[in-house]
Amino acid sequence: MASQKRIQKELAECTKSPPQGMTIALASESNLHKWHVTLQGPPNSPYAGGTFGLVVSLPVEYPFKAPTVTFSTRIYHPNVTNDSQGSICLGALKAENWKPASKLLGVLEAVRGLLVEPMPDDPLEARIADEYKNDRKEFEKNAKAYVARYAKGAPKYEEPTAAGEAKS
Amino acid sequence: MSGGEGASTPFLTYVVVKAHTNPWLSTDFDFDDEPPDLGIHKDIHQKKKTAYDISFKVYKPEDIQKQQDDLINEVNMILDIRKEEAAILLRYFRWNKERLIEDYMDKARQVLEAAGLAQSSAKPPPRLETIPGFVCDICCEDGEGLQSFAIKCGHRYCVDCYRHYLAQKIKEEGEAARIQCPSDGCNLIIDARSLDILVTPELAERYHTLLNRTYVEDKETLKWCPAPDCENAVECSVKKKDLDKVVPTVQCACSYRFCFGCILSDHQPAPCELVKRWLKKCADDSETANWISANTKECPKCNSTIEKNGGCNHMTCRKCKHEFCWMCMGLWSEHGTSWYNCNRFEEKSGTEARDAQAKSRVSLERYLHYYNRYANHEQSARLDKDIYVKTEKKMVQLQKESGMSWIEVQYLNSASQALQTCRQTLKWTYAFAFYLARNNLTEIFEDNQKDLEMAVEALSEMFEKPVGELADPKLKVEIMDKTSYCNKRRIILLDDTANNLANGAWTFNVDFMTPTPASGSSSRR
Repeated sequence: MASQKRIQKELAECTKSPPQGMTIALASESNLHKWHVTLQGPPNSPYAGGTFGLVVSLPVEYPFKAPTVTFSTRIYHPNVTNDSQGSICLGALKAENWKPASKLLGVLEAVRGLLVEPMPDDPLEARIADEYKNDRKEFEKNAKAYVARYAKGAPKYEEPTAAGEAKS
Repeated sequence: MSGGEGASTPFLTYVVVKAHTNPWLSTDFDFDDEPPDLGIHKDIHQKKKTAYDISFKVYKPEDIQKQQDDLINEVNMILDIRKEEAAILLRYFRWNKERLIEDYMDKARQVLEAAGLAQSSAKPPPRLETIPGFVCDICCEDGEGLQSFAIKCGHRYCVDCYRHYLAQKIKEEGEAARIQCPSDGCNLIIDARSLDILVTPELAERYHTLLNRTYVEDKETLKWCPAPDCENAVECSVKKKDLDKVVPTVQCACSYRFCFGCILSDHQPAPCELVKRWLKKCADDSETANWISANTKECPKCNSTIEKNGGCNHMTCRKCKHEFCWMCMGLWSEHGTSWYNCNRFEEKSGTEARDAQAKSRVSLERYLHYYNRYANHEQSARLDKDIYVKTEKKMVQLQKESGMSWIEVQYLNSASQALQTCRQTLKWTYAFAFYLARNNLTEIFEDNQKDLEMAVEALSEMFEKPVGELADPKLKVEIMDKTSYCNKRRIILLDDTANNLANGAWTFNVDFMTPTPASGSSSRR
């Protein structure tokens, strides 16, 4: 498979010098197409002190098709669905914006950037976006409450067995 | 001698533009209204232009290609840029050559950047190259002799990745005009020449088809003919905002007649917005209304619609508890002992109730009146295909049996065409009439409608005679006369409706010409 070489290279780069506050590992050694990422809430955000799990899935056609990135830890955020799916609205991951030469490192950095600076004008959760825009205090309170409730300790991914391995 | 396709278009004039004429060279398009070159329907064609005639042109795929090529060549010469780049610029400017040239002269750099082009440079056009030490950033292959490609931005990838990328864009996403360099964040558009170097001829063909499509879709004055398998496009200058004044019916060279405004099949004399409403109403209401009309009555007291679900005539309204007789609609208490067998039709309470009932049914019945006639003509129109096939058979039979020549049996073809077209028009007159408020104009309209309908039914009857009788010269003359009369009646009707529409003279009982509910229904400015 042509994409193996590329994924291996990207994985090596990402594990060697990951984006700030992240650790990256394969969900299982045998499958290059699923990555587990732990993300420390950026210090200058309401998510500080939380540890979030991200699941990166690379389609078979990768890098010609965009990867998908989801939060496996619940998070209170305008651009992340407020459910167990944890879908993220990220411009770089949209089919029309993804380019074969786009890199996962850039995507992960963009996800982290989203925690520092949400994009309320392009929301997945309109209510939270509204709150973010009009009542920042209330938003931060809620976001912190979610961190305290869901994002303490080692993050869980979909497969409970993989959770232990992911923490380094 | 006569144009084959023209023979089936007795009423509308259209012009198939020959490849050597280029209407784009002049800034404002003039639509020549030259008469088509046929002998058979000469009498009709000689007629003066009617109010519902609009100017349009039909373009074949070659013409569409030619138009693009001509524009590209012009820009190529005027701005001294390569053809494939001129094409990208033109697509970016939606083929508005004048604006492109003006903007380019003004601020070439910004224009190029916005359109996804690199600054012009004297570098030779991109080609496949083998560069020592090259590593493809997509697949990370670095084999020796790996062929690579880059457009002007210099983002170089191996030829396999490039091909894969292009194939996916073209085949899966149907993209052509805006395929960018595979590099993250690079907006440069991959030009047609580069694409032709990279992909298989089959894919390149698909790419060019898609590009052609964007040409028609980008231009407001062009629409594809919606007939199945027809590849022509029609040009018409009627604007969207004029659709309350005109019903822009055009006819493709494939003989399909459609509305340029909404791409639905010909719906003269009804304007687009009315058609939209009517179709929606029919989709929502007709079945329900029919059923309600056939199976229910309204409570004489509270007007709730009631379905009788048992055998007994003693009805008690669920809503208001009113007790009445299903048969005579009168008070149940007046029935005395003659229960279950109502024969008291003349009682006062019953008559009054029935009057009220009738009134409440009027709007429903009114709708059904128009709907049933509309649907009837639609059904007849659907049978047109069969009629046409039958006609052809009849013509062949007639030729054999009567020794008439091909040209002598063409009157049957003309009759069949007239029937189809007139029924299509009649159908829409009923939708149109449904929304008309009553006044002097509607009376004239209904007279015209009646005349056309009677003529059509008469022709229809003659037309279905057995072949033996059809050969009778007397009937032949009658059919020819009736055909011509039908066509004339149709023109009169359409001319009248189109004139009044253009002058804003119609009064409608709904205000569908303005998008938001506004004042009076007459829209005279």
